[in-house]
Amino acid sequence: MEATIEVIGLRKRFGSALALDGMSFTVQPGQVTGFVGPNGAGKSTTMRVILGLDAPDEGHARIGGRPYASLPHPMRYLGSLLDAGALQPSRSARGHLLWLAYSQGLTAQRADEVLEQAGLTDVARRRAGGFSLGMRQRLGVAAAMLADPMILMLDEPFNGLDPEGIVWMKGFLRSLARQGRAVLVSSHLMSELEDTADHLVVVGRGKVVADTSVAALLAAAAGGRVTLRTTAVREAATVLDLAGATIAANSNGALTISGLPAERVVMLLSQAGVPFSEVSAHRVTLEQAYLDLTRDAVEFRAEPASEVAP
Amino acid sequence: MSTRVMAPGRPDLRPGRVSFAHALRAEWIKFRTVRGWVIAMFVAVLFTVFLGVFAAGNVSIGCQSGPNGPVLTGKACTPHFPIGPDGEAVTDSYYFARQTLTGNGSMTVRVSSLTSLRGQGKGQAPGQNPLAGMAKGEVPWAKAGLILTDSTRPGSAYAAIMVTGGHGVRMQYNYTHDAAGLPGRVTARSPRWLRLTRSGDVITGYDSVDGTHWTQVSSARLVSLPHTVQAGMFATSPIYTTVSSGFLGSTGRSGPSQSTAVFDDVSLRGNWPDKAWTGTSVGNGAASPGTGYGYYHASRTAVTVSGSGDIAPVSAGSSAPGPVSVFEQPLSGLFAGMIAIVVVAAMFFTVEYRRGLIRTTLTASPRRGQVLVAKAAVASAVAFVAGLAASILAIAFGLPRQRNQGTYVLPISMLTEVRVIVGTAAMVAVAAVMAVAIGAILRRSAAAVTTAIVVIVLPFLLAATVLQAGAGTWLLRLTPAAGFAIEQSIPNYPQVDSVVSAAQGTYPLSPWAGLGVLCAWAAAALALAYVLLRRRDA
Repeated sequence: MEATIEVIGLRKRFGSALALDGMSFTVQPGQVTGFVGPNGAGKSTTMRVILGLDAPDEGHARIGGRPYASLPHPMRYLGSLLDAGALQPSRSARGHLLWLAYSQGLTAQRADEVLEQAGLTDVARRRAGGFSLGMRQRLGVAAAMLADPMILMLDEPFNGLDPEGIVWMKGFLRSLARQGRAVLVSSHLMSELEDTADHLVVVGRGKVVADTSVAALLAAAAGGRVTLRTTAVREAATVLDLAGATIAANSNGALTISGLPAERVVMLLSQAGVPFSEVSAHRVTLEQAYLDLTRDAVEFRAEPASEVAP
Repeated sequence: MSTRVMAPGRPDLRPGRVSFAHALRAEWIKFRTVRGWVIAMFVAVLFTVFLGVFAAGNVSIGCQSGPNGPVLTGKACTPHFPIGPDGEAVTDSYYFARQTLTGNGSMTVRVSSLTSLRGQGKGQAPGQNPLAGMAKGEVPWAKAGLILTDSTRPGSAYAAIMVTGGHGVRMQYNYTHDAAGLPGRVTARSPRWLRLTRSGDVITGYDSVDGTHWTQVSSARLVSLPHTVQAGMFATSPIYTTVSSGFLGSTGRSGPSQSTAVFDDVSLRGNWPDKAWTGTSVGNGAASPGTGYGYYHASRTAVTVSGSGDIAPVSAGSSAPGPVSVFEQPLSGLFAGMIAIVVVAAMFFTVEYRRGLIRTTLTASPRRGQVLVAKAAVASAVAFVAGLAASILAIAFGLPRQRNQGTYVLPISMLTEVRVIVGTAAMVAVAAVMAVAIGAILRRSAAAVTTAIVVIVLPFLLAATVLQAGAGTWLLRLTPAAGFAIEQSIPNYPQVDSVVSAAQGTYPLSPWAGLGVLCAWAAAALALAYVLLRRRDA
């Protein structure tokens, strides 16, 4: 079976709110796919539909071509972590993994293995209710990896992690992709996916806004612009204007040049004897590119970005 | 975390039966890894045993051996009942005008009168008229007619055809069997003709309004009936009870009664070597519920027989002389244990909704019906074991304690004992299934737990306390509490005046019908839970 997730034309309405409005995308193996969008964009609802937990009004989701609910022992195909807090507080970490292991026809030995791998062996017999959010995230990841699936799907896995944990999580996700697994990671903070995601599915208001590789997105957002730092602003502007470029002053004292590649800017300025301290291809952060994309799609602009997705 | 690389496309497309076994095992692990639930099961057993054995079973029994004898307590006071041919405790006391019948034969009589006197209590002072202070009144199960018995020893096999005070003509045999004949009361203007014939082991009873047109009422096969038997006319009259029920329970009056019947046109066929009637007061001992008084008087045209007592099985709800108890009495604390079990069973489902664990569960086992059935199966298996342990312990400790206190525990067959114990465990298990279903339907712990208790246990408590008659009886017919009937070891004999009341341990439905009502409720709840669980987003 192919390690893919296909989401095809999902529509779902909760009362008067349209949660999904024709959501479609595909998650490919061998890469980390970031699933980004503001809160309320439909990320968690899409993931619940993928897992067969919520029924869409229209459309469907397929795991390697099959509905999730039709898979025997589905956690062997797709491991997921929707909510790290979804634990019975009085049950131990080991108890939690044990019932999950048995539900997939696995042994207790496999539960102990993932406990070890998640670094939870020392607290394995403690009540999960007493775990910190970071420990719960690790327990959740251990549960997702329990049946060694080829597809991983994690909803906001960076939530509540300390900086060290974030670094660990990023490395972990990268290693899964290198092993050829398909990884879908949702986040409402693009910065979390910087250096992690290979591919992005950007969503807003229940549909896909952009479905692109990270490299292509950054190039498109940069738009071939050049940043110029110079003390002779007027002379530089005259020279470049003559060559057909558009010049704009930039907030931090630099100029942004559009319409000319960086090499040509350097050549023109050098020939005209205009001094400059820096000419560089304009760089946008992934965050900036994302904000540009979703500006129109943000539904609740006033809400702080740190809010937990529904 | 490091991970192993697996070859993609692992073949694991096995059918659903395997995944159900795994879902079942997962649910069992879920149950046993929550220590509070496991402890609650032990608490349920302890509650049941403690309440049934110590709290409810603490009675003090005293008695006097004879008018001037020493006062005794406890075991010395235990009443003793004759045991009928089928092994049940019986009352067998009546006045018998008898002759010996050898081989086959028949008796025919006309009964022209049956009158009863009702008294306030038993035990007149010696020498006093035993009927002093008694007044004419109706005694529905006063009996007089023809009886054929293998001996005058109480508890003997017999068959009889009789007129009764309020239930028309009946044919009864071996205490527990009863068939109705002509309805209506006997008066001088509407007498009843009765006939009893013996042919080998088969005794047949007939009745008639005119002595010419006869109808067979019933027939009985009395196995190993001796060649020579005692046959003749009898009269007996049980403790009468009048119950007036109000909203908050019922009040009753009861006392012994004495009934007198007049037989004329007596005709005998077959070999009756005695040629004359002998009067015998049968079973006129401590276990007799009657006045202890009886006589017969034969004139040229008629025989008058007067007696008191009963020929009937002893049942829990009936008025028995002396402290009588039933096998299942120590299970009276079961409701408390059941509350604990029902609460855990309902929460077994609802806690998953509290924190979203249900999504993990349905992600692991997407076939929702399987999850529901697996949860119900685990909860019911645990409840069954707890119920079985509670029943066995309560009875093992409770019965000897009751016997030492001087209570007579009505004997039942081994099969019935097994039915009471295993049936009680099954009842608790089915109640747990229903509670799981309620949890799945309502999804919130407080609502589900409350509903489960109100629906399953509360009707029983109401019926056993404030709503004994009428409404309480209907509760025990219609609500899941009907399942408690599985505990009843001695049936409600229609031919014995007895109170149907959960407080007495008697239920309006038969044991299996009562359990069936509970099963129907559980099945309906499970079906609704299945539909909702599949339809709703998790």
